[in-house]
Amino acid sequence: MATPIEMPKLSDTMEEGVLSAWLMDEGDQVSAGDILAQVETDKATMDLEAFDEGVLLKKVIDEGDSVPIGQLIAVIGEEGEDISDLLGGEDGDDSAAADAEAATDEAEEEAEDTPDTTEPSADTEEVVEEPSGDGQLRERTPEPVPAGTDAEGRRIKASPLARRIAQEHDVDLARVDGSGPEGRIVRRDVEARIEEGEPAPPPEREERAPEPAPQPTAEAPTYELPDDEAPYASEDISQMRKTIARRLAQSKYSAPHFYLTVDIDVEDAVALREDLNELAEEQGRAKISFNDLITKSCALALKDHPYVNAAYLPDEGEIRKYNRVHMGIAVAIDEGLITPVVRDADRKGLTEIARETRELAERARSRDLEPEEFEGATFTTSNLGMFGIEEFTAIINPPNSAILAIGEIRDTPVVEDGEVVPGKRMKVTLSCDHRVVDGATGAQFLDSVRSYLEEPMNLLL
Amino acid sequence: MATLQFREALRAAMTEEMERDDDIFLIGEEVAEYDGAYKVSKGMLDQFGSRRVIDSPISELGFAGLGIGAAMNGLRPIVEFMTFNFSFVAFDQVINNAPNMQYMSGGQFTVPIVFRGPNGAAGQLGATHSNSTEALYSTFPGLKVVAPSIPDDGKGLLKTAIRDDDPVVFLESELMYGMKDEVSDAEDYTIPIGSARVAREGDDVTIVAHSKSYHIAMDAADELEERGYEAEVIDPRTIKPLDIETIVESVVKTNRLVVIDESNPFASVASEVTHQVQDRAFDYLDAPILRVTAPDTPAPYAPNLMDAYMPGVDETVDKCLQVLYAK
Repeated sequence: MATPIEMPKLSDTMEEGVLSAWLMDEGDQVSAGDILAQVETDKATMDLEAFDEGVLLKKVIDEGDSVPIGQLIAVIGEEGEDISDLLGGEDGDDSAAADAEAATDEAEEEAEDTPDTTEPSADTEEVVEEPSGDGQLRERTPEPVPAGTDAEGRRIKASPLARRIAQEHDVDLARVDGSGPEGRIVRRDVEARIEEGEPAPPPEREERAPEPAPQPTAEAPTYELPDDEAPYASEDISQMRKTIARRLAQSKYSAPHFYLTVDIDVEDAVALREDLNELAEEQGRAKISFNDLITKSCALALKDHPYVNAAYLPDEGEIRKYNRVHMGIAVAIDEGLITPVVRDADRKGLTEIARETRELAERARSRDLEPEEFEGATFTTSNLGMFGIEEFTAIINPPNSAILAIGEIRDTPVVEDGEVVPGKRMKVTLSCDHRVVDGATGAQFLDSVRSYLEEPMNLLL
Repeated sequence: MATLQFREALRAAMTEEMERDDDIFLIGEEVAEYDGAYKVSKGMLDQFGSRRVIDSPISELGFAGLGIGAAMNGLRPIVEFMTFNFSFVAFDQVINNAPNMQYMSGGQFTVPIVFRGPNGAAGQLGATHSNSTEALYSTFPGLKVVAPSIPDDGKGLLKTAIRDDDPVVFLESELMYGMKDEVSDAEDYTIPIGSARVAREGDDVTIVAHSKSYHIAMDAADELEERGYEAEVIDPRTIKPLDIETIVESVVKTNRLVVIDESNPFASVASEVTHQVQDRAFDYLDAPILRVTAPDTPAPYAPNLMDAYMPGVDETVDKCLQVLYAK
């Protein structure tokens, strides 16, 4: 019994996958657990594992093809087995595939479904033998000729017969007057036009005739640009970009965002980090980034502000307040961005957060993350400080109820006890989903984050 | 050829078949002693005796079921409904048992039975006695439905229906029983079920009409001829299986179709013909297909209202001129 292999759902948000590489060939012996191919999803490139024994009988799609979840991509079975049913049936189901091969199969199948063409004047004996009424139609008329549009783009009303005659005689219906109800063009109108003879095409058409001119003429400038001066370059939208587009648009359209910015004194935090990293270097531990301090601060603050660590789920009719704190950290990679998740960050020490974040970020850049490593964040931070961005607003990563946008650490004059002195400050901006987080709730959370960063010894407790 | 009334042609069909095959019998209300409510079976009791020409009680469900049982046991009953309005009380037998028995028994039983009698409106009979049943019975797989319009077809088709191994609903008309026309007296004269008759040839518009409506179509074609249009008139004769090939062939030639059907319009035979033609001949249509039917109301009693209710020649000519874009 042949087994169809279909495009699996490899992540929560995956809708289609690109078969990036076949790792086995048709005719290869397959055992359960073998890797058949690699599939690029919207998040990562993942292995497609075989769950059955047999011979890889057919690769249905090619490397680089993008197909929706559930579409047939390969067939495993016994050597020499007839799998035409499987291939035919699966192709028939497929609607979304842009796969040209599938489309052709479908067309062929349709053609086969059409009953054999017989002479229309089939003798009546046969009708009696095999009653052919009631949908069992033996012959179908030609494919319908579509209606055209007139100069203003309005649909031309013409009877099906008039359209067909017009097409057969190359008559432009836009130049035929209809005599039927509401100006419908009917047979006699087209026939009258054919009798008159189709007028010569308008002159500008003749000028455009692609005949090579025997001699160069002054007034025939061409506006074709050389390739390297083309007005734009085109690239296909990647799976990741599609996902970013869909999820962030969904977030921005459905979650009413508002923004709270706070300027945090990070003098002590910067000093603490330097001290900790000196120790880390001596003891061979992972260095702590300033971002790790923010991760820890947010994680601790979230424990005290459950609505910021929550999700508004209208379909379920609930606001879900998470008991655990999973910190999503936006990482820029070549193709876009991804948010690996540090789980239970409130319960992890700074060193562990630092080590884990670094490792996840590296694997994100090599597109090597497993789905469970980038799914399930309850809160997200995005840091553009390293690019010198003073402050910015981020779009909430759904279904989170907030996201923290982190700016650079600035050396700036500050007023302390009535005197202007040098200070270290950092602006962070919280984007809140107003369906869950109100202004005061967001402000209180930010105040907690600030307290942790301004008195960073609390992070070590 | 002999000139016979429609009722005589039907009687000839039954008589010839019963002479040929002793398994055939006729049962129904008043078919024996009274010679039939419309005298279709006149003299048959005398010829075949009360074993084969049987007066039933007023109990359609009972004698329709009795007929089906007899058919399953090897006989070939002809069940006469005094009118098809009364077939409604036998509905379960006609639509459930007769057509499904062969299928449900895995082919162990066939039901070679004919349900026959007058169908449709017949003057001032009121709403409950003016029903047209052809679309209704045609909707159930397993039933064949025949509705002839002229005596000759009546004879040839009834003989075929009696010989058919499937249940056949054979629809006649009170108003046509007295109609006289040439009827073949050829030996073993049968007309196949499922073949339409092109009654009149023409190039300009096709009119499809069965049973009484056929005569309206022929009169309308005469009137159209006076106006310079040649109508092609097709009588499907059998509603199911429908000879759609013949109709489509004609529409491919004329590019226009008007269907007359004295039934109520919703889900009628005219609806079905219209659907099948647009499905198969869409690119040959130069105009929308129009129908001439009774309105979607119960049949009235008053004669002036009845005239307005039934399809007529004027309305048919009018619809034909519309599809000809001549109005």
